[in-house]
Amino acid sequence: MISVNLSAIFYLISGILFILALRGLSSPETSRQGNYFGIAGMLIAIVVTFLSVGNFGTGFIYVLIFLLIGGSIGATIAFRIPMTAMPELVAGFHSLVGLAAVFVAISAFLKPEAFNLGAVGNIKLASLIEMSLGAAIGAITFSGSIIAFLKLRGIMSGAPITFSGQHIINLVLGLSIIVLMFYLCKTQLDSLFWTIVAISFLVGVLLIIPIGGADMPVVISMLNSYSGWAAAGIGFTLENTALIITGALVGSSGAILSYIMCKGMNRSFFNVILGGWGATEQTLSSTSKEQKPVKNGNADDAAFLMKNASSVIIVPGYGMAVAQAQHALREMVDVLKKNGVKVSYAIHPVAGRMPGHMNVLLAEANVPYDEVFELEEINSDFANCDVAYVIGANDVTNPVAKSDPQSPIYGMPILDVEKSKSVLFVKRSLSPGYAGIDNDLFYRDNTLMLFADAKKMTEEIVKSL
Amino acid sequence: MEIDPFIFRLSIFILSIFVGYYVVWSVTPSLHTPLMSVTNAISSVIIVGAIIAALAGSSSNIFEGSNIFGFLAIILAAVNIFGGFLVTQRMLQMYKKKKK
Repeated sequence: MISVNLSAIFYLISGILFILALRGLSSPETSRQGNYFGIAGMLIAIVVTFLSVGNFGTGFIYVLIFLLIGGSIGATIAFRIPMTAMPELVAGFHSLVGLAAVFVAISAFLKPEAFNLGAVGNIKLASLIEMSLGAAIGAITFSGSIIAFLKLRGIMSGAPITFSGQHIINLVLGLSIIVLMFYLCKTQLDSLFWTIVAISFLVGVLLIIPIGGADMPVVISMLNSYSGWAAAGIGFTLENTALIITGALVGSSGAILSYIMCKGMNRSFFNVILGGWGATEQTLSSTSKEQKPVKNGNADDAAFLMKNASSVIIVPGYGMAVAQAQHALREMVDVLKKNGVKVSYAIHPVAGRMPGHMNVLLAEANVPYDEVFELEEINSDFANCDVAYVIGANDVTNPVAKSDPQSPIYGMPILDVEKSKSVLFVKRSLSPGYAGIDNDLFYRDNTLMLFADAKKMTEEIVKSL
Repeated sequence: MEIDPFIFRLSIFILSIFVGYYVVWSVTPSLHTPLMSVTNAISSVIIVGAIIAALAGSSSNIFEGSNIFGFLAIILAAVNIFGGFLVTQRMLQMYKKKKK
């Protein structure tokens, strides 16, 4: 048994180690060390908790057993999961944090004396507010992440689900949670606590169903943020510094990522969250569709163009992830580099289904990270590049975002692919991207459309090189 | 008059939000996916609460009412801790520099 003050100091140390873990991610070289800091912080927090509870009876053995069960499940998932499934894995993990927060809040409510929060029916007011907030945010995180997981996994359609009065219902439910919390503080009734948890589960579902597949980067970041706030809420209840610091770090991290993602689409956070963007636009564009000529090419044409180029920029998008084309792409680039072609990769902030999705896939295919550039770093290079190879990206290259104020994506920062001497566009059909608008780039003189699966086409190009 | 300890915790919370703000802005965009998985792992420090809940009260019957929620939370948080850190490690191992 160690004193409360000593354990508080250790919790502070583990909080600082978590800050260093995030700090390490400022560059790939320091990131691995950062991860060890994170692990050390977690280890300290767990050991100190055991020491401060000081109960090493049968309960302790059970805790270790449950810890190992969970740990081995987690480790198996971590080693088995393919890199392309990373977005749904992260969504799944968020749901676990959310549910764990709900469970801890429930046990604190049922047995407040274990946490020094008063007695059943007479819990300290502040603690009651903190634990019900933690439980509500945790429940929203849990059910919201489950929906995000189902959508990303393809078990549930990625299309937005909207119905009339949706926003009003959400608003009413949100307000009712606040009102119930108020009455819970006055009466301390169990039934109110359970109702808050139940409504919060419902809100989580309703909040995420209207959001479409390509907006998932924002959703995942937002849920990341929520899981942090839930942890912080529980941290206040337990008066635990490690949990408060971590909750604040994770909460602000997720919020910043959502902001970056929204900025990448030039949309406000509320616009994304209220959802239903893709659904309304799709009907619009199909009515005003006209047949325009496109230049159709094959793998040999593409190979010829790229072999004779002096610089090539690759623009990957979600289509590359779906087709798992990253390894074929790396092979193609290797051959090109052997031929003296300068190759770099251009990543749009919202390419893929989660922040940094493309970078992880390219890293998996052994693409050195110093060949991969962000939008601002590389955008001016398109003007001097011979060939832009667009693989599985669409809306993020659409010049209409710069020219047509009527367009729904007007103002969205795009990769200036159209400025390169020629554009190779690997795509399965002419169908519009997620935003439901036609890409002007398809019909340009310097664009060659390669209609095929991203992986097959890239492999064929490698052959004809 | 003494300051309520809650105010101290609130101060830690708000200062940590600021620390988080500056630290996360300095994370390179190519590591945003590992950032999400590692924040996931560290937010599972909620296991601290789960352990206290699981060990609360007399150890005669550990599976009564509130304790069982503690044990369930331990499993969930443990999945996240091991899964989160290991998958982050696996991802970070892949980020390599150009061979010269």
